[in-house]
Amino acid sequence: MVWKVSGQITSESAIRALEALPTHERLILPCLQAIQRAYGFVPDESVDVVAGFLNVSRAEVVGVLTYYHDLRRTPPPAVVVGVCVAEACQAAGVRSLIEQIEHDFSVTLGVGKASGPVEFAKVYCLGNCALGPAIMVNGRLVGRCDIGRVRAAVVDAQVVPR
Amino acid sequence: MSVRVYVPGDSAACSVGADEVAARITEVAAAEGVTVEVIRNGSRGMLWLEPFVEIQTAAGRVGYGPVTVGDVEALIGSGLLEGAPHALGHGLVDEIPWLTRQHRVSFARVGLADPLDMDDYRRLGGLIGLRRALAIPVEEVAADILASGLRGRGGAGFPAGIKWRTVLEAPGDTKYVCCNADEGDSGTFADRMLMEGDPFTLLEGMTIAGTTVGASIGLIYVRSEYPAAIRTLRTAVDIARVDGWLGPDVLGSGRSFDIRIVEGAGSYVCGEETAMLESLEGKRGMVRPKPPIPALQGLFGHPTLVHNVLTLSAVPAILADGAAAYQGLGVDRSRGTQVFQLAGNIARGGIVELAFGVSLRELVEDFGGATYSGRPIRAVQVGGPLGAYLPEHALDVAMDYEALAAAGGMLGHGGVVVFDDTVDMAAQARFAMEFCAVESCGKCTPCRIGSTRGVEVIDKITAGIDPERNLVLLEELCETMTDGSLCAMGGLTPLPVRSAVAHFGEDFHPSTNGQGKR
Repeated sequence: MVWKVSGQITSESAIRALEALPTHERLILPCLQAIQRAYGFVPDESVDVVAGFLNVSRAEVVGVLTYYHDLRRTPPPAVVVGVCVAEACQAAGVRSLIEQIEHDFSVTLGVGKASGPVEFAKVYCLGNCALGPAIMVNGRLVGRCDIGRVRAAVVDAQVVPR
Repeated sequence: MSVRVYVPGDSAACSVGADEVAARITEVAAAEGVTVEVIRNGSRGMLWLEPFVEIQTAAGRVGYGPVTVGDVEALIGSGLLEGAPHALGHGLVDEIPWLTRQHRVSFARVGLADPLDMDDYRRLGGLIGLRRALAIPVEEVAADILASGLRGRGGAGFPAGIKWRTVLEAPGDTKYVCCNADEGDSGTFADRMLMEGDPFTLLEGMTIAGTTVGASIGLIYVRSEYPAAIRTLRTAVDIARVDGWLGPDVLGSGRSFDIRIVEGAGSYVCGEETAMLESLEGKRGMVRPKPPIPALQGLFGHPTLVHNVLTLSAVPAILADGAAAYQGLGVDRSRGTQVFQLAGNIARGGIVELAFGVSLRELVEDFGGATYSGRPIRAVQVGGPLGAYLPEHALDVAMDYEALAAAGGMLGHGGVVVFDDTVDMAAQARFAMEFCAVESCGKCTPCRIGSTRGVEVIDKITAGIDPERNLVLLEELCETMTDGSLCAMGGLTPLPVRSAVAHFGEDFHPSTNGQGKR
């Protein structure tokens, strides 16, 4: 959930990221996670690199890439906010909080859709169910959220480099 | 002499400012000329009191909470560091009724010490279970687990001892132990709090399991939403290796066992055991048909013992204190303790570990103090997003596997989510279908497509389009999903939907939509 965005995407740098993995992690999902740790996302060019590295088909790699919510195919914006929309946070009032977020930030909550420098995504449970509504901002968990706490957490994330 | 102060490092505590409070205490104490030793312990589980600050005094630990950064200066000014009484004070922590009324076995050590301090772990009874397990024949260890009555705490409730015996007797040199820490159910956080607050107990339970069934590798599959748990577990594994109880020669027994931490990638279905195994193999988290059962053909086709975090965390105590002590707790076929998690709209949310058989009403009203909003309770969902919604008048049900099943619900992972009277139960039923549509792995048609159709049918009902016939259609759809899905995702999504229709039918009438309850 925490992404580090670094430099140049080349097949050489992608292979270096894969070769750093221990043997037991040389499987499709851990390879894609390694690519995402290196670049912040999984660039289309890296699909061939992973397929070649593991000697599997591109289809198998794309199958895994499109299955998992965490893996993203576009660069992440500076701030990624996951808003828990699951039952415990609903009971604690997240439905009205979402309306305020959508109004205040002029966004529509979706699953992994970037819109501007701050992305709001729906997530299903952050394990903070007694202190909801809960959000996660660039990997930092924030509980008992109202719109003020959401705004403050977004501002904090913008000044702290990840 | 320095004052010992405990401020939880648990994610939930940090989500409401524990890091800032810890830093501020050090700062203000220094300005007052007092040296403090701040220990970041696990959380006691009284989450409504977080950040819950404890001060070590001669009489014991004195607690204060919820403490905000702004409170710290005034608190220290009025004698916090001497354990003086205060409006935020709760007296001696060991005498707080909410804690003394619990029976903590798996959570016995959580909150007492720095989770990564190996000396504290030993001092608090750690490794006694593992030493005993290594000293007796493996068949006897498996027999102890069976005799304890321990059942799978992930939700299915399968007798753990039978699984252990099956994997132990399965042919093959390569075997695995996999711990399912993909705690995706809304309303559950016990796995996370245990992994963050007492990781060694889980590692010890896994090591007992591995050395017993003949596995040399254990894998813990942790969801990516739990970054702090992943960090803590990785550090704990390193410490255990240095300490000699993980690695090629576990505590000098000549047996080899090591643990790897594997991070998930955001998929609810991967909490289902066979989907988790697929994910551990690096593939899409698609559910496998059973048989073959994972105990015989699991990870990479080898015999695999799969257990939830809480199941494995009960193991060290069973070995240390004996199967009879654990079996002596609980009722009927539900033996031992269950870690309940009080969540949602609840005044006093957190961890309540008790012997099976406590009523849901005692949990929600006595421990939970009813709703956070102060409004009447209308519905309680037990067992996560695939669990039934129970109406207020059904709260007297006993919390054990069979009694809940008889009441049309399920215990699941022990999550209890409370809703007040503003809840729209048609919207909750719609959400159950929507969640299933988002998270279905896609293998079974009733789950993959039925969930989307379910959302549409519920929309029609609440819009007043032929509601009577569409309610019949919804029931038929639920039946198809229940009978035609391989795993609990499609098979149990109808449970919250049907229970909402059965107990809160008034919310499904367009004329009273969202108003039916008032």
